[in-house]
Amino acid sequence: MEATRTAPARIDIESQGGRTVFRVSGRLDVESTPALWEQARRLAKSGTRPEEIDASAVESCDSAGASWLVWLGAPVSGANPQVAALLDLVRPERKLTRRSVDDAPDVNRGLVLGLGHVAHEWVSAVRSTIVYAGTLVEGLVAAIRHPGSLRGKDLLLYMARTGSEALPIVALITFLVGVIIAFQASVQLRQFGADLYVADAVALSMVMELGPLMTAIIMAGRSGSAFAAEIGTMKVNEEVDALDTMGLDSTRFLVMPKFIALLLTMPLLVTFASFCGIGGGLLIGVTSLDLPVNVYLNETVQRLTMWHAAQGYIKGECYAVVIAAVGCRRGLQTKTGAQGVGLSATSAVVSGIFLIIVVDAVLTVLFHYV
Amino acid sequence: MSDTPVLSVRDLRIGYDGKTVLEKIDFDVARGEVFVILGGSGCGKSTLLRTMIGLIKPLAGSVKVDGEEFLGVGGAARVAMLRKFGVLYQSSALFSSMTLVENVSLPLEEFTELPKDAIEIIAKTKLRLVGLEGFEGHLPSEISGGMKKRAGVARALSLDPRILFLDEPSAGLDPITSAELDRLILDIRDALGTTMVLVTHELPSIYAVADRCIVLEKARHTIVARGRPADLRDTSDDPYVRAFFRRTTLTEA
Repeated sequence: MEATRTAPARIDIESQGGRTVFRVSGRLDVESTPALWEQARRLAKSGTRPEEIDASAVESCDSAGASWLVWLGAPVSGANPQVAALLDLVRPERKLTRRSVDDAPDVNRGLVLGLGHVAHEWVSAVRSTIVYAGTLVEGLVAAIRHPGSLRGKDLLLYMARTGSEALPIVALITFLVGVIIAFQASVQLRQFGADLYVADAVALSMVMELGPLMTAIIMAGRSGSAFAAEIGTMKVNEEVDALDTMGLDSTRFLVMPKFIALLLTMPLLVTFASFCGIGGGLLIGVTSLDLPVNVYLNETVQRLTMWHAAQGYIKGECYAVVIAAVGCRRGLQTKTGAQGVGLSATSAVVSGIFLIIVVDAVLTVLFHYV
Repeated sequence: MSDTPVLSVRDLRIGYDGKTVLEKIDFDVARGEVFVILGGSGCGKSTLLRTMIGLIKPLAGSVKVDGEEFLGVGGAARVAMLRKFGVLYQSSALFSSMTLVENVSLPLEEFTELPKDAIEIIAKTKLRLVGLEGFEGHLPSEISGGMKKRAGVARALSLDPRILFLDEPSAGLDPITSAELDRLILDIRDALGTTMVLVTHELPSIYAVADRCIVLEKARHTIVARGRPADLRDTSDDPYVRAFFRRTTLTEA
């Protein structure tokens, strides 16, 4: 290998009749050119730029060397056939494709045009969201009136995915949330000798608020993203287009089974979550506060009313609508490629959780005044 | 009325964001014809096909199927017209969660009153027609690229469409599989009288199947030649068309 390095690349600067000529010699390759770039930059800074490049002493050249020669920006003379052929390939005027002027990206739109464009996009986004919401309502009504039109196999599949398969993670998280609330509450309430009210704090917060909310956040991460990724992949693979050109409604086919499955499983998950949370509180009550099991449970049952439970279920169903609608919509909006699917899944989770919190805030205030 | 073209495209202009991709697109496709849309990568061939099947809204123009306007038609009328179309997508677009026979059965289940067992028999017959007998219960992920294309053709044929649109059918296939698909296209045309509209740039396929073709060019945004492929190759004096058919660079042409 050493033999190949016998002629290191170098620049000799000569002046021929008042013209600056760079006499380049040696092998111009990816290993030798970094030093040449450096040297040429330094020379350029000090005002020495080539007006001609004499490449007659260049033994050979690779694409890195050729790029450097082109970058120097002066006519090259005396190159051997290999170097000349390579220079011919990399010269900037050579274009493989004939781009028309129309293809150039329209970078400078101008402020007014840009604002108009953004406004137009907003209006179409709002309009398409309204149309989508209408389609969902229409699909739901159709499914209730003609349950046979739903693909039963798909519905059961998504009920299993969003329901039974989510139970372990919902159980674990809500149980721990119950433990945390009980623990935090016990520290405060013990100061007033009101240990027993830990049961009230856990029961109310789990049933009315945290049971549905934690379940919804888990479902947004688990199912919302899965819906977006699944429909997004179908979009990228042209499967959604195939449905459309068959004259089949993609909302009924792809969205409704997921939407209805989540509406059906959410109340069950919310019930389960509330029980697990209360179980977590019970653990702290019994082990840390020495409360008897029956006393803790009795206090829980006496504190809770049907209205508390109803609030939890109403919130749960509203969250289910948000998760399924947002997840499926993000899937249908997927642009192209694997990156598009990733973006849709991320967006489904982020906007899903954001909307869940907004809905929670609105409902909590509303229920307070009901 | 028998000489009404099955598909008639008039003065179609397609574009987005104020830019024109294609304009002045006019052509007719006769019954039972294999019509090929040619052009280099990025010239808008697939965009034109997607516009004809209603996936993209054009800026102007008309697409008539059997003499009836298709663009802008909505609701039940659109669905009725879509039933005249079968589409084979570039990626085959088989529903990945369904077996081949379920894929082919889906349009029959949705649009006909046929009993379940009859649908299954028809679907299996379509799969036999494309040479996929014995693979009915396979999922799309379990078969090769060439077989997916065949299954895509079978699904596109499930409702016996009047026009079969094929978007780059031989893309990504080896020469033998590609030739088999060309044969299949001609066999189906001969057996069922289906009109075929293909988008492709594979020269061997073009010579094998095309009755007539149009050539699109990106730089001119429109049709630059029309006729029989062999005639265009031998007689065209347009440099782009010559380069295309002789598989040379524009400079050499």
